[in-house]
Amino acid sequence: MAETILEVRDLSKSFGGVHATANVTLDVLHGETHAVIGPNGAGKTTLISQLSGDLKPDGGSISFKGRDITSLPAYQRSLTGMARSFQITSLLMGMSVLDNVSLAVQAHDGHSFRFWTPARKDRKLRDKAMQSLQVVGLQDRAGELAGALSHGERRQLEIAVALATEPQFMLLDEPMAGMGAEESARMVEMLSGLKGEKSILLVEHDMDAVFALADRISVLVYGQVIATGLPEEIRTNEKVRDAYLGEGDE
Amino acid sequence: MSDTPLNGATPRSSGLLSGWTATTWATAICLVLLAVVPPVSFYAGQPFHVDLATRLVCLSIAAVSLNLILGYGGMVSFGHAAFIGIGAYSVGIPAYHATYGEFDLIASYNGWFHIALALVVSAIFAAITGAISLRTRGVYFIMITMAFGQMVFFLFVSMETYGGDDGLTIDVRSELPLIDLDKPLQLYFLCYGSLLGALFIVHRMVNSRFGMAIQGAKGNELRMQSIGYNTYVYRLVAYIISGAMCGYAGFLLGNFTTFISPEMMDWTRSGELMFMVILGGAATLVGPILGAVAFILLEEILSGFTIYWHLPFGVLLILCVLFARGGLMGFVSQWGRRNG
Ligand SMILES: Nc1ncnc2c1ncn2[C@@H]1O[C@H](COP(=O)(O)OP(=O)(O)O)[C@@H](O)[C@H]1O
Ligand SMILES: [Mg+2]
Repeated sequence: MAETILEVRDLSKSFGGVHATANVTLDVLHGETHAVIGPNGAGKTTLISQLSGDLKPDGGSISFKGRDITSLPAYQRSLTGMARSFQITSLLMGMSVLDNVSLAVQAHDGHSFRFWTPARKDRKLRDKAMQSLQVVGLQDRAGELAGALSHGERRQLEIAVALATEPQFMLLDEPMAGMGAEESARMVEMLSGLKGEKSILLVEHDMDAVFALADRISVLVYGQVIATGLPEEIRTNEKVRDAYLGEGDE
Repeated sequence: MSDTPLNGATPRSSGLLSGWTATTWATAICLVLLAVVPPVSFYAGQPFHVDLATRLVCLSIAAVSLNLILGYGGMVSFGHAAFIGIGAYSVGIPAYHATYGEFDLIASYNGWFHIALALVVSAIFAAITGAISLRTRGVYFIMITMAFGQMVFFLFVSMETYGGDDGLTIDVRSELPLIDLDKPLQLYFLCYGSLLGALFIVHRMVNSRFGMAIQGAKGNELRMQSIGYNTYVYRLVAYIISGAMCGYAGFLLGNFTTFISPEMMDWTRSGELMFMVILGGAATLVGPILGAVAFILLEEILSGFTIYWHLPFGVLLILCVLFARGGLMGFVSQWGRRNG
């Protein structure tokens, strides 16, 4: 079996009486695309936020590349090779598309205590940023304000920003949310291009996308992982069908 | 010195001036007027205008420094006048001891020493108060910076040696090579040159990697952290630079007024600086200067009508925040886009 890149052990988080994350134990292998599915309110976003360091767990541990990162702040996790995309698009709307990506490149090119040279004329940053935009197909929109992009384009920009940090591991929170069929298909194609090269934890509602991309799937219901396995095993799992797949007819 | 538009599109520049936007023109006109009008007034026998212009330029530097954190960094500091006070007392206290003895360690008329003291003490004060304030956000940040400002205010009120709340007269201005600060025009041009320097520094800084980082943190802090920025540290450094720059404005203001008192750092003074930045146009290079001009004019006009001039003033500020979101510079760039 391949090495694990991420190990989550007994992670838990409550909001008042709601156990949003209940003793979650999960592994992501090197190069694996591991999908996490589950109904709305199952705790998928809460889980991602704890893995990325945006939210502090109440208990349990997270280790990344063999190192315990449970109490590492978000920015340090990013610097060790982890990136996340947000379910609710989180960009710098007042800056250009290229600026958004450029900032991500800059964050991983040493410290930013450089006070004098114009950053927007820095070829090193701009070229790398353009490459990320090309991967998601936004190169023609580079000069546009992020706020002027369509919903689908913003979702692509989210991915470009994450890619620009050159992560080994990506946490993607519903990258296809709110996209049309055509846009979704393009996103699936783009993500399958990353398969193998990046380890990915993918949260997604679009089951076609999940079954197309995932090497393994974990099912989260009421904060608990009720099953983990290969796509075929999940598709035929009784518990999963009862709790989740069965109810919404696809 | 033009603001590169945030969208990063560089203006077309076939000729030297053809790429100038309305904003650039406003900047240039503003700076040329400030260079020409005071000396002309002076030789035309209107020294009062030079005084007004000197005060204007000192306040502009303070407003430019506040704009760095408020406009570009989104840190709404309500205690910035404390740095003006620190800078002014960095002239007053050493000069006082040089004249009346005691405390030989800092007794001096040397201008370089005063500047160094103003910068270092302001930076240290900013580092300590910033480290604490920047752990909070929004209204809490406003309140805590105001509280730190008032702390300095009361500290100076309690220092009887230096006149307490009656203030302190500076008998001898800072001594600097080549220039004589007792000569109004020379003092003015020191202030004006300093303003140019401050603008240049801010211009370079906001377009640098550092500037991009603090503007990003203003726009979306969570996003910035998740792509690898320790936003707290970048903000703190911006806060320290801004504080030191404002302390320098205090050094100039102290030399200009030659009478300093804790009143200079009262919270209402901090409010006035905020007014200048917001009215003039936050996050634009010369907005704070336009704001300072508007402030000085309004003060002159309104205080002629009523001693309660702060009231219509406050109303204006609220109107400005509500209706002119880009401030005066917002009008300028909109006008430019429509006409050109
Ligand atoms: N900040 C919060 N405060 C209180 N409750 C929250 C918060 N975030 C999430 N929750 C609750 O935790 C549960 C899981 O939410 P979430 O992780 O967003 O689910 P999912 O992403 O799977 O739809 C929900 O019941 C939600 O209401
Ligand atoms: Mg969610």
